[in-house]
Amino acid sequence: MLQEHAKIVDFIAAADGITGRKKMQKMIYILKKMGVPFQEKYEFHIYGPYSEELTARVEELCDMGFLSEELEDKGSYVQYKYSVTKEGGDFRNTLKESVLEDSAYAAKLNEKSGRFLELTATLLYFDQLERSEQIEKLHVVKGKLNFTEEEIEEAFAFIEELSALKKLP
Amino acid sequence: MDYASQKLAEEKVFKDPVHRYIHVRDQVIWDLVSTKEFQRLRRIKQLGTSYLVFHGAEHSRFNHSLGVYEIVRRISDDIFHGRPEWDESERLVVLCAALLHDLGHGPFSHSFEKVFQVDHEEFTREILLGDTEVHRVLKKVGADFPAKVAEVIAKTYGNKQVVSLISSQIDADRMDYLQRDAYYTGVSYGHFDMERILRVMRPVDDQVVIKSSGMHAVEDYIMSRYQMYWQVYFHPVARSAEVILRKILQRAKELSEGGYKFAQPPTHFLSFFDRTFTLKDYLALDEGVLMTYFQLWMTERDPILADLSDRFVNRRLFQYVDFDPGKDYRKLGELAQLFRKAGIDPDYYLIDDSTSDLPYDFYRPGEEEERLPIHLLMPSGEIKELSRLSQIVDAISGKRRTDYKLYFPAELLIDGKKKAIKQQILEMLREGGI
Repeated sequence: MLQEHAKIVDFIAAADGITGRKKMQKMIYILKKMGVPFQEKYEFHIYGPYSEELTARVEELCDMGFLSEELEDKGSYVQYKYSVTKEGGDFRNTLKESVLEDSAYAAKLNEKSGRFLELTATLLYFDQLERSEQIEKLHVVKGKLNFTEEEIEEAFAFIEELSALKKLP
Repeated sequence: MDYASQKLAEEKVFKDPVHRYIHVRDQVIWDLVSTKEFQRLRRIKQLGTSYLVFHGAEHSRFNHSLGVYEIVRRISDDIFHGRPEWDESERLVVLCAALLHDLGHGPFSHSFEKVFQVDHEEFTREILLGDTEVHRVLKKVGADFPAKVAEVIAKTYGNKQVVSLISSQIDADRMDYLQRDAYYTGVSYGHFDMERILRVMRPVDDQVVIKSSGMHAVEDYIMSRYQMYWQVYFHPVARSAEVILRKILQRAKELSEGGYKFAQPPTHFLSFFDRTFTLKDYLALDEGVLMTYFQLWMTERDPILADLSDRFVNRRLFQYVDFDPGKDYRKLGELAQLFRKAGIDPDYYLIDDSTSDLPYDFYRPGEEEERLPIHLLMPSGEIKELSRLSQIVDAISGKRRTDYKLYFPAELLIDGKKKAIKQQILEMLREGGI
């Protein structure tokens, strides 16, 4: 019961908090593509794969008092920081097993920028295409972001690195 | 004349209760409607289990798909036609995308997708690009045409005006389903002046905007949407039926995985249980097939599968109470223990369900938001976001409303053995213990 909510809390705890709504969306999408059993449904939106269900679930978790949402003023922009509350920590314990077998993956994703995760998630969204078509499609939908060849190579390498996760439950 | 521009000798019309007539002149559209994949949509209800609450709500995704096509046709042919900011060469791709946007929906999609972890949008893509009648029709237009239609539906198409006609906070999909669902359910919500909205839609840069003179019609649309979600789409009794449906499919899967010998083998589901399904398996399913299984499973030896199937077929639905998960999640665990002690499996008979909706949202300064807001075109040519001008919309913008319910079979808790435990459960449920 409420297991899908508990998985989100578990992941945010494993990541030691996440700053940025977009970042959280992309982190969970990338993990889902790697076979981590998140159930949230994703569609393609302005910044790439986005889940309305995840947005709703995170807002619900904030209302329930299991997550705290703080607005961080970064000068030219603001970001929302999510962390697990004490009560959220207790709630997390209702989960039968941790959503990530190795929490290092949460940290690995969390150290990447929102831009890089948006790139990686978008490439994964088109993973049914050949690599050259994936890149072509990326430039169609993300033309304004001008991703460089180096960034794209780095994203593919990151996807390769994360694919070890596919062995996890 | 090439196939893309080929017209029927005479215009065909479908009589429609919402739009009066749906007009078809393009051979491509006529041929798509005749494909077996599109005809299958006749056998999938638009509102899933809502017919168990609103008995008129038996309309199908076929009706709705034609309705979305008709709205987009009117925008393209009557409103945008001849405007310099609209690319006329996109006409056929947007009409096809409108007609086919729900093609991958399966029987009782919401529950089916949750239990079997499938995505109807993936199936839409597979139908458009795979070995299907629809694909063959689209391919006659051009080798890359099926992929273009798929991209519009997936919202990854280059021309954002085209995408936003099918999918945005004010799109043809929503405008059709709000009016159609209101008509068939018989509720008095869901009505708004669509003709007015269509007349004031304009293609500007990479988006579709609304002339500011149409703001009040848009306000009405937003309020209609808000009311339809809470009065129809999230009706707690329809959700009870959804919960039972989900549990039937979950039980059948669990039994099959455990080697249970079904009196009526779940042949149509086997490839979904072990995730070896093909597109052909998916297209072989419709709501008639599922209902037939439910009827047959009412006499299965497994008491849970038989009971749940009987509940769904004969509308013996679960009761519900409100609960606050933040406060009550521990009590939920206690309650599950009591259900077990009472001999009732909580995995199938004590179900929490939440639903929420955000009627309208807009960018907040600084944070990157994913929803494209509704923009109004001012007489000066300036573009302004809707909630900055409309007090009504501002009042509900960005405000999510969530509803939590706990579903359970009330009558199983009243009669039979272990009365003391059942009494304890009822007290927890009734006395605000949960």
